[in-house]
Amino acid sequence: MAERTLRQWLLTDTPTSRRHAKLSALYQGWLAFRSNTMAMVGLCILLALVLIAMAAPLLAPHDPFVQNLGNRLAPLGSEGHLLGTDSLGRDILSRLIYGARITLYIVALVALIAPVVGLLVGTVSGYVGGWVDIVLMRITDIFLAFPRLVLALAFVAALGAGIENAVIAISLTAWPPYARIARAETLTIRSSDYISAIKLQGAGGLRIITKHIWPLCISSLIVRVTLDMAGIILAAAGLGFLGLGAQPPSPEWGAMISEGRRFILDHWWVATMPGLAIFIVSLAFNLLGDGLRDVLDPKAGE
Amino acid sequence: MDTLLDIENLWVKFPTRQGIFDAVRGVSFTLGRERLGIVGESGSGKSMTGRAILRLIRPPGMVEADHINLDGVDLLQKSEKAMREVRGERISMVMQDPKFSLNPVMTIGDQIIEAYRLHSTASKSEARTKALEMLEAVSIRNPERVMRAYPHEMSGGMGQRIMIAMMLIPNPEILIADEPTSALDVSVQRQVLDIMDKLVKERGMGLIFISHDLNLVADFCDRVLIMYAGRIVEVCDADKLHDAQHPYTRGLLNSLPRLDTPRDRLDVLTRDPAWSDTPSVSGRL
Amino acid sequence: MALTEGSGKGRERASLPPWIKTTALTIGSIAMTMLGLLFVTFIIGRVMPIDPVLAIVGERASQSTYDAVFLELGLDKPLVVQFGYYIWDVLHLDFGTSLLNARPVSEDIARVFPATLELATLGIVIGIVIGVPLGVIAAARKGSWIDQVARVLALVGYSMPIFWLGLMGLLIFYGILGWVGGPGRVGIFYVDVVPSVTGMILVDAALDGNWDVFKNAFSHIILPASLLGYFSLAYISRMTRSFMLEQLSAEYITTARVKGMSEWDVIWKHAFKNIRVQLITVIALSYANLLEGSVLTEIIFSWPGIGSYITTALLSADMNAVLGGTVVVGLIFILLNILSDLLYKVFDPRAK
Repeated sequence: MAERTLRQWLLTDTPTSRRHAKLSALYQGWLAFRSNTMAMVGLCILLALVLIAMAAPLLAPHDPFVQNLGNRLAPLGSEGHLLGTDSLGRDILSRLIYGARITLYIVALVALIAPVVGLLVGTVSGYVGGWVDIVLMRITDIFLAFPRLVLALAFVAALGAGIENAVIAISLTAWPPYARIARAETLTIRSSDYISAIKLQGAGGLRIITKHIWPLCISSLIVRVTLDMAGIILAAAGLGFLGLGAQPPSPEWGAMISEGRRFILDHWWVATMPGLAIFIVSLAFNLLGDGLRDVLDPKAGE
Repeated sequence: MDTLLDIENLWVKFPTRQGIFDAVRGVSFTLGRERLGIVGESGSGKSMTGRAILRLIRPPGMVEADHINLDGVDLLQKSEKAMREVRGERISMVMQDPKFSLNPVMTIGDQIIEAYRLHSTASKSEARTKALEMLEAVSIRNPERVMRAYPHEMSGGMGQRIMIAMMLIPNPEILIADEPTSALDVSVQRQVLDIMDKLVKERGMGLIFISHDLNLVADFCDRVLIMYAGRIVEVCDADKLHDAQHPYTRGLLNSLPRLDTPRDRLDVLTRDPAWSDTPSVSGRL
Repeated sequence: MALTEGSGKGRERASLPPWIKTTALTIGSIAMTMLGLLFVTFIIGRVMPIDPVLAIVGERASQSTYDAVFLELGLDKPLVVQFGYYIWDVLHLDFGTSLLNARPVSEDIARVFPATLELATLGIVIGIVIGVPLGVIAAARKGSWIDQVARVLALVGYSMPIFWLGLMGLLIFYGILGWVGGPGRVGIFYVDVVPSVTGMILVDAALDGNWDVFKNAFSHIILPASLLGYFSLAYISRMTRSFMLEQLSAEYITTARVKGMSEWDVIWKHAFKNIRVQLITVIALSYANLLEGSVLTEIIFSWPGIGSYITTALLSADMNAVLGGTVVVGLIFILLNILSDLLYKVFDPRAK
């Protein structure tokens, strides 16, 4: 009974307070999202990934770094090594489980850095206009004109190989699209009547940007970030594969593929398993992003 | 008067998440060599009726009817291929806004010639001559230049006249005009209507004129069907429209300002749910 | 007052033919973008922890040799002047000398670039030939099985690491089935058999009339090219589909149907004509992406193209080669963008 009334309260057409309206909108979005099976699958995979990463020491059957040269390249399903072992006899499953932490770490960092930079540049550019706009947008264009992976390669080359530098390099190449989106949103919002109303009340530029423009840019940015996650994972894996991301013996999935590459014809599972892991996670992000886009930004989807 | 088109119990249905939505609900009427107006508010099903006749409702939408007879042959029984022989050649349609109804990347000449050659074996140069004649018939000055132009270079009034020329060039028997002047400037509306009227009369065609504009329809048509919520609620002769009986029609008329009986305050239409439940009035003669 | 002044200026400007202004603006913005690109690579080159002088003279050179090279490289000058030198050099296609093999980087790039071009071009052809019709059909039959297949293909394409798929392809088609040639451009017996004219081995073999080499080269290129083709078709088919859906709901499509056109003609003669312009942009973009995607693909397939070149240089800290390669790929990116803009103007009557 109580549940039903809560549901009714959430689905009301006539919210009684701001918080009520917010919760109601959230709940209706959730209902729409829940009816999208594929998006739910994506969400479940990602939740599972987070749980696996958190519980890695509990779940992993072996230490991911302990070598056992007597048992190298054990095939799938061998005793104690469900997914076999790599060229140094390390348990592949355990390495994959620990690798989830690295993947999430990279994704989380890039997802924090790139959209924030983009949001800052885009809103300032759109709100201030004039020369600031021209200069900032020119810079954005220049970064957009670069091939992303090649630019990331060059950055990593300058900064040195390693996870943090890979994150910085990917972020540096990922922010321009967010700046474009944020600027476009800002331009529409800036000219709307309620912004004029707030200005008449004496609100300054900083307040308008942080309190009124940013909240409205967020939803389209979230969609874009989720859709970009897959690309970020693939880029990070690519850098790892080239030996420019996470350094051995770290169980980063891209680096694991690189290690397994030498044995691809005779011991195919060594390179195949981490690739599957990358594929599943980025697929999950794509499914989730599609679903979110349908809920948050129905016009863009088709 | 001979009957060109005879429609019995026409339904247009769209499946939605909430179940099947009936856009048109059991409409019957006939069309002779006359100007038949269909009036109603947006969502009343008037456009859907026009498109259903040409079987242009795309899946998942469905068209059902006891029959849609064109010269005694049921269009619903025809194959899609046979239906293509009907479209353009026997029944044609002019849409609301020439800005959207002409292909933006083809020259006007190509589009008119294409309309003609789809239904005749004429050579390209014959079709071209014919297209030029047709453009002249809709009072386009300098048709040679217009033939080479693209739609975005035309004004709305010219665009709609070009559209009429294109739709009449295969010499159809019936023209469905779906709000043909709603997107045009008031100043050119009359001109476009006059041209359409002249051509329809000359050729002895039947015209279905779909509009939301009561006064225009009363002025321009011979007979009027008033649609509400997918049904015909009233049928009357156009010159007697102002004496219409149905409360919906009366409500519509009273919500319009009139010069001859000025009023301080116009009526607001109050809807009676019973209107949409009463069965359709037949528009058959 | 300010207003009159402004409009006066406007009139002056209007006396120039408008196309001169547009062209000037376009050239200006291209120049700006290229300058920016060079600036970024310049900065990367400067912040690098590698001492360019030491890299040339070696650890054991005397202080005087070091100083001589230091001056020769212009490293004593202010950064702006150094940047000026850098632009000057790039304009003369001088990217410095490779630290690895002591040859000019530009020569190296000229040697490896045709291999990438050949691979990426074949890839984009595959992507267009399959992707465009797939997208069109998926839109025309929205919701049908073929639409679902196209959706899954694209989703998988967006989610798969290209280097991993390449490895799997090698494993299955080369290792297990033996249908295609392995890594490299040609089998070992066919290396350097035909004279290098264009640097693209398929073209060279055809020019030479040596069909054995052609066949062998084809068996080597087909897998990596299909791989790149798959990734571009994922993108191209998705974009084609959404462009087509937009057009198919347009009113002029109804007009075409009212005329009595067949659905096939409605789709190809009317709707498709309207998406050509957008498609050009998409294809140019995905071609540029292919050049980039070839970095990882080339490594998997030991393909001696620019991707392999940059990566090898990177791993051996050969900075001139890395930056030279980056600049070249970046310039090609920009040129492709310009090209798609130009074609846009040619194909769209509204753009004039």
